[in-house]
Amino acid sequence: MRRFRRHPKIYIGGFLLAVLVLLSASAGLIAPYDPIELDVAHRLRPPSDLHWFGTDAYGRDVLSRTLYGGQISLLIGVCVSLLATVIGTTIGLLGGYLRRLDAVVMRVMDGLMAIPGILLAVAMLSLTRASVQTVILAITIPEIPRVVRLVRSVVLTIREQVFIQGAVASGSRLPRVLFRHVLPNAMAPIIVQSTYICASAVLIEAYLGFLGVGTPPEVPSWGNIIAEGRNFVQLAIWNVTFPGLFLGVMVLSINVLGDGVRDLLDPRMARRI
Amino acid sequence: MLGFIIRRVLATIPVMLVVALVVFLLLHLSPGDPAAIIAGDNGTQEDIERIRATLGLDRPLVLQFFTWIFDLLQGDLGVSVYNKVKVTTLIAQRMQPTLSLAVFTMVFAVSLAVPIGILAAWKVGTWVDHAIMGFAVIAFSCPVFLIGYGLVFEFARKWKILPVQGFTPIEQGIGPFLSHLVLPALALGLVYMALLSRMTRSTMREVLGEDYIRTARAKGLDERAVLLRHALRNASVPIVTTIGLGIALLIGGVVVTESVFAIPGIGRLTIEAVTQRDYPVIQGVILVASMVYVLVNLAIDLAYGLLDPRIRY
Repeated sequence: MRRFRRHPKIYIGGFLLAVLVLLSASAGLIAPYDPIELDVAHRLRPPSDLHWFGTDAYGRDVLSRTLYGGQISLLIGVCVSLLATVIGTTIGLLGGYLRRLDAVVMRVMDGLMAIPGILLAVAMLSLTRASVQTVILAITIPEIPRVVRLVRSVVLTIREQVFIQGAVASGSRLPRVLFRHVLPNAMAPIIVQSTYICASAVLIEAYLGFLGVGTPPEVPSWGNIIAEGRNFVQLAIWNVTFPGLFLGVMVLSINVLGDGVRDLLDPRMARRI
Repeated sequence: MLGFIIRRVLATIPVMLVVALVVFLLLHLSPGDPAAIIAGDNGTQEDIERIRATLGLDRPLVLQFFTWIFDLLQGDLGVSVYNKVKVTTLIAQRMQPTLSLAVFTMVFAVSLAVPIGILAAWKVGTWVDHAIMGFAVIAFSCPVFLIGYGLVFEFARKWKILPVQGFTPIEQGIGPFLSHLVLPALALGLVYMALLSRMTRSTMREVLGEDYIRTARAKGLDERAVLLRHALRNASVPIVTTIGLGIALLIGGVVVTESVFAIPGIGRLTIEAVTQRDYPVIQGVILVASMVYVLVNLAIDLAYGLLDPRIRY
């Protein structure tokens, strides 16, 4: 109880997220219907005992589709966050530590940051056949500069410290200095940032689906469900509200968890943000 | 002073060059033949050859890049593959709705977010602070379309107060123009407001801990003057910087919002271009959007450099 008092955000965010992960992971067991089975006789039915969240324009069960959609969102959120963090951290470590590389890396990152992420992702996806992998890549690339800048700024302060000079003086090679000495000290903000990236990736995936350039339309992702539902939004708003609420709660839970982790790991940053 | 301005203006050149390079390479590094992709699944061999020739895709890559950049510098963004109209003309036609929405949203979000951020920082740790920050994290997590369709349902369909969708140019009267913007700006502005109020709170909180604030209070200055004249002024650099950086977020949100409210702006142009595989248009939109972002941030930095002598690069 005392621990809850001190870090309520971790518990609230973690609990909400755990519920959503459980619901999505067990979609195969608990979903009342097949998410892609058509039932044209029962199209656009409002929520009822048979279909808790109603049915869509093809008579598919919105609850079942929403549960399966969670799997896609979680998969993409986690993959993007891992990829962007690993790539961004590597670039940031090298850039922050090697002065010569730094100028070039930062100009490239400034340029990437100037391109609105959704537009960049839309452009990339318009050129390839949309699949879960290409969507992951298209969301990851615009997120990388955020990680690079963060890691670089931390490295710039760490590299001047005595223990780094000591490591260099005692003959440690560059990779060892970076990964054994610099990285551990930059870990807290990186972890926090990666949770925010996860939340933003889940949201952007849904936006891309909504705009019609995300995962292929036959995949029941939240963005796709809403994209199809919007054509009938005046008749059947439940096609938009239920997946939209799940999406909102998932993004919220990850953001709250991120805030909590930030307060826990980095009290100094907590005071700043 | 002049040196500072020149340095800051020159610094935008490499950024825009990288943007141009990324936009150029997008088409050429993507797997497969770009001409075939643009021609689509039903394109014949002739279509592919024609597209390749009109876009100059049959020439060496370096040469293509330099001709492209050269055209760009003259303000030529190329011609739409779909309807042969100049990309600059297409973008200009769609500018008004997008610009109106973005400016309206920004004014609305900033004028609300800064005061509530200050309030939260001032009442830090109280229920007022918790309520504001709770609201901010929820608003930040809320998908634009969920708020958008919710608003459409409540205000426009149930109560019939505001138009459901579309856009009316300002030439047709200021009333209809504004009424069409209220709901989209609200849907889009909440996210931006959340971001800004969080930033305002944290910066104000930091400044309120400074010695000169204690001094100002100790000399009996009234709290309003302490907050606005002493604290806000010193907290304003990070706040305004966040406003500038948030423009990237805003532009992304505009694309989705225009789709929700059927506003015929740049966002819709982009989506149309994607479905028609009209690559020059997609490239043009990205370049213009990035340029807006770079120029706004340049203006903000210059304004601060002029107003605040502490800032120099």
